[in-house]
Amino acid sequence: MLKFLARRAVLAVLVMLTVLTISFALTRLSGDVAVSMAGPQATQQDIATIRKNYGLDRPLIVQFGDWVGGVATGNLGRSYLYHAPVAELIRARLPITLTLGLTGLAIALLVAIPLGILAAMHEGAWLDRAIMMVAVVGQAMPSFWLGLVLVIWLGVKLQLLPISGVDTWDGYVLPGVVLAFSAIPALMRLTRGGMVDALASDYVRTARAKGLTRVSVVLKHALRNAAMPVVAVAAVQLGFMLGGSVVIESVFALNGVGYLAWESIAKNDFPVVQAVVLFLATIYVALTLLADMLNAVLDPRLRVS
Amino acid sequence: MRIGVRRLAQYLGFVIVAGLAVVAIIAPWITPHDPFLQNLDARMIPPSFMEGGVPQHFLGTDQIGRDYFSRLIYGARISMLIGVLVVICSGLIGTTLGVIGGFFGGRVDAVVMFIITCRLSIPFILVALTVVSFVGSSLSVVVMTLGLLLWERFAVVARTTTMQVRTLDYIAAAWAAGCSRTHILLREVLPNILHHLIVVATLEMALAILLEAALSFLGLGVPPPLPSWGLMIAEAKDYMFFSPWVIMVPGLALFVLVLGINLLGDGLRDRLGAARDA
Repeated sequence: MLKFLARRAVLAVLVMLTVLTISFALTRLSGDVAVSMAGPQATQQDIATIRKNYGLDRPLIVQFGDWVGGVATGNLGRSYLYHAPVAELIRARLPITLTLGLTGLAIALLVAIPLGILAAMHEGAWLDRAIMMVAVVGQAMPSFWLGLVLVIWLGVKLQLLPISGVDTWDGYVLPGVVLAFSAIPALMRLTRGGMVDALASDYVRTARAKGLTRVSVVLKHALRNAAMPVVAVAAVQLGFMLGGSVVIESVFALNGVGYLAWESIAKNDFPVVQAVVLFLATIYVALTLLADMLNAVLDPRLRVS
Repeated sequence: MRIGVRRLAQYLGFVIVAGLAVVAIIAPWITPHDPFLQNLDARMIPPSFMEGGVPQHFLGTDQIGRDYFSRLIYGARISMLIGVLVVICSGLIGTTLGVIGGFFGGRVDAVVMFIITCRLSIPFILVALTVVSFVGSSLSVVVMTLGLLLWERFAVVARTTTMQVRTLDYIAAAWAAGCSRTHILLREVLPNILHHLIVVATLEMALAILLEAALSFLGLGVPPPLPSWGLMIAEAKDYMFFSPWVIMVPGLALFVLVLGINLLGDGLRDRLGAARDA
């Protein structure tokens, strides 16, 4: 198992180095960064000043070395817009995005796992078909539009929930539900598939033959085995959710990391853009590594080989 | 009965996609108005079946008086075009990578897996937004960006299915017959994994259409005044509290198209899978 994990760790480091390069290259796509930062009304003098202040007059390779060296020492650069260290900007907004992501994941799991189990227990019957139809319909829902519709309906018409901001805890409900929506179909299919296999297996038949109750068979024997891939995918989904929260944060006016990224992209604040891309990629890589480790711990077969 | 409902849904998917494709193609002949023509005297007219609607504008008009029905129809063009072009682009990249990795295995496969892992690690909505913003927004930039980002499922599926057919007898027979590597890859492997790739293509097309709408909604996708459904929702957002139909109309269109593609994909999976088993 140690060898397996060591290989995954090496892979993770290599991926991070690639992402480091991509995030740098990405922000140089506009050609001359200084010109786009200065805006349309800037004089030659302004552009020259920006170029000098941000070290953009140096060769690209030196700038890249600067970026890598900075990241290695925990310095993600300075925002051009906020005149503050990028690391601080991200740290200030991280709690919102993290709370949103975890809320979304919790809602997704609470909906997907019971429905997936229910569908598997009635495999092929109308209940199974109905639940899988819900998954197909859910997958077709544009999340930003669903957000707006929920805002109009639950927020304005029925006045049940706040429509923007997170001054109180219930501000997370609507964005959490919308975020969860994108993850539910995949998690539900996975739970159902795993449960169908598990319920048809020999150990479940044995458990049934021993006269254990249906609840005990389903929850203790089958679910434990079906849960492993779900745990792994849930970790990966959390990564996707954090990366995709830029859309939800802008719909619900949440001032999280996603909103910061969107604002920085729209206003050419390239130090923030490259740092946020790197940051979200790091979280994703860490989560997949964690999922691999969890799987290795949970699955005895991986532990031995 | 069970099979009946599912089949019915799949046929519905086919009808939706085919219908909207026809509508997209013949858009100029069926739109009652110019989708770009503004009329500041006729702003925010509700659909004709609602109170205050007029018969000339079936789905009303937008905030600068453009006919909503005409824009909606032209919007189908944009969504379809983006969906198809992105799938062609990402399908070529992903299939090439996946087939090469799956066929050659070993070091080559390790490199392919590494590329796939890197692609999965980058937060693609952010990267897409950045590219469109920094390169400049246009239809072709959106297509290129999504095409270059959405290939990983093609690669994963092409890789696993190639691995499965690689060891089959007809491949061995082709080797024995002295066929070249290129011949085997293109004439023996590819046709036998194609049905899996077609199902992936429907999923990716749906995803591409949703992503284009999301990018346009955030103001970094298809540039105005093009009638992208995502952009229509963004432009209508400020009016949605008083006239909810302004976001319902393009949103429902988007939902129906994506649902249709997903149902069609589901049907193709059943059909092509069954054909293989038979």
